[in-house]
Amino acid sequence: MSALMSVEGLTRRFGGLVAVSGVDIDLHQGEVHAVIGTNGAGKSTLINMLSGEIAASAGRIRLDGHDITRIAQSRRARMGVGRSYQRTTIFPEFTVRENCRLSAQAAMPRPWAIWQASARCEDSNAVALEVLEAAGLDQDAARIAGTMSHGAKRQLEIAICLATRPRVLLLDEPLAGMGAEETERMLDLLARLKQRHAILLVEHDMDAVFRIADRITVMVNGAVIATGDPASIRTNQEVRIAYLGEGH
Amino acid sequence: MQRRLRHYLPAACAVLLALLGPTLSPYMSDFIVKVMILSIFALSLELLVGMTGLVSLGHAAFYGIGAYATVLASGSEGGSAAWLLPLAVGAAAACALVVGALSLRTRGVYFIMVTLAFAQMAYFVFHDTKVGGGSDGIYMYVRPTLGALDMESRYVQFYVVLASLAGTYGLLALIRQSRFGAALAGIRVNEQRMRATGYPVYGYKLAAFVIAGALAGLAGFLLAARDGVVNPELLAWHNSGEVLLMIILGGLGHLRGAVLGAIAFTLLKELLSTHAFVGPLADHWQLTLGIAIVVFVALLPKGLIGLAARLSPRGTP
Repeated sequence: MSALMSVEGLTRRFGGLVAVSGVDIDLHQGEVHAVIGTNGAGKSTLINMLSGEIAASAGRIRLDGHDITRIAQSRRARMGVGRSYQRTTIFPEFTVRENCRLSAQAAMPRPWAIWQASARCEDSNAVALEVLEAAGLDQDAARIAGTMSHGAKRQLEIAICLATRPRVLLLDEPLAGMGAEETERMLDLLARLKQRHAILLVEHDMDAVFRIADRITVMVNGAVIATGDPASIRTNQEVRIAYLGEGH
Repeated sequence: MQRRLRHYLPAACAVLLALLGPTLSPYMSDFIVKVMILSIFALSLELLVGMTGLVSLGHAAFYGIGAYATVLASGSEGGSAAWLLPLAVGAAAACALVVGALSLRTRGVYFIMVTLAFAQMAYFVFHDTKVGGGSDGIYMYVRPTLGALDMESRYVQFYVVLASLAGTYGLLALIRQSRFGAALAGIRVNEQRMRATGYPVYGYKLAAFVIAGALAGLAGFLLAARDGVVNPELLAWHNSGEVLLMIILGGLGHLRGAVLGAIAFTLLKELLSTHAFVGPLADHWQLTLGIAIVVFVALLPKGLIGLAARLSPRGTP
């Protein structure tokens, strides 16, 4: 099966520092591809390059065979690359429904049609309802987003991503700061989402990663040292030394 | 019910003004025209600051450019508003396109500084060159006309300005409720998320900047037609500061706030510089106006529009 998103030799230099060095990754629909590594391994820089937030110094990113390496972030998003951030990035002043509706309207034609009311746009309202149901937030649709719990905000951020109808989801530590119950809910959501999306998951919670990931890439100092299914990563000697700790 | 009232209040005010028009004394009529022009100017900045979250300290440049374009193009023969108005608005919009395209590459305090710098450049172009009569400015020999309507007439001035204010208010109200307006609000709240969601943020900001500049140009056109004279002070940075104060005083994030702010600011300035009201302090009106504004902002952090919320037990205005 050909990859939905494929990355070749992706490199990012910040002055003399090589934050990401020659990374190859393939993302397939129906798979959660986890990227693990210590702090400073270059995981967030990798996501930022894939989403277009920062430019790659070298290498190539392809979406469905098209080279998107030089395409701006907003256009990549409209082409189907959605992302979440390590620090929750939502619209706290708006209601939960408005958050998703605004996102659903991003790719709509004729944005200058000012005689059409945003709040009465049927298509985007329908999408908002659908993604809120998918994320289990439909009960909270009328709440002001900023007043929700941390876990619910993280779920909302995923719902906002989904409202753009992405094919690839780049998730930067979606479980950060979540309690056990919230983690379970998020993992359920991810398991459902992977059927229709290609997911790249950066996460520090190793139990969660090994439970949900279909493929794991391990990064150390900006470079990939191993890629494989969870079982092979677990037993990989190099990974054990570099990351998981020999004692485990 | 209350909600509905708020909805129709601006329209009711406009109708009331239209009915009162013929009965007003020349002084009152002139004063109201001045306030309405400033309201249009304030509304144009509200689109940038209140709706999009872009704090500009150079907005007076477009106001001045609209006014200068009107006077320069009308020459000694005068001219028809049918082409003077589009020219003034177009000139302001074109300048806003250039200034916006460059300044919107920066953010926050840098954006404030860059807009200020561009406005000061425009100020000195008119102040230090012969283009617009130098520091004295230039007079308009014949006011604009439109068919039988002559801006020389007090009544025509009043109704043209009132219609312009209503149109500006209506346009901004329309923008606010549209997808375009929702996107501007999204940019104000979280630009990063907007970009990640697929909005070409720069293009949206530039569009807002150009519309705001064009509306400031409209206010400039009306001002030139009312005063019959323009001078470089129109573009000066303190004029940009004053209009910013108006919308803050009125309450950011509300169209009514911008109008309320323009009214309150002009009234305050008028009162505090009138000997009959404040005696010898009138000569130091800048000082008293400054103190008054500090007091207002300290007591009403949400502006005058927030006063209604404080007074009503229901909360939000």
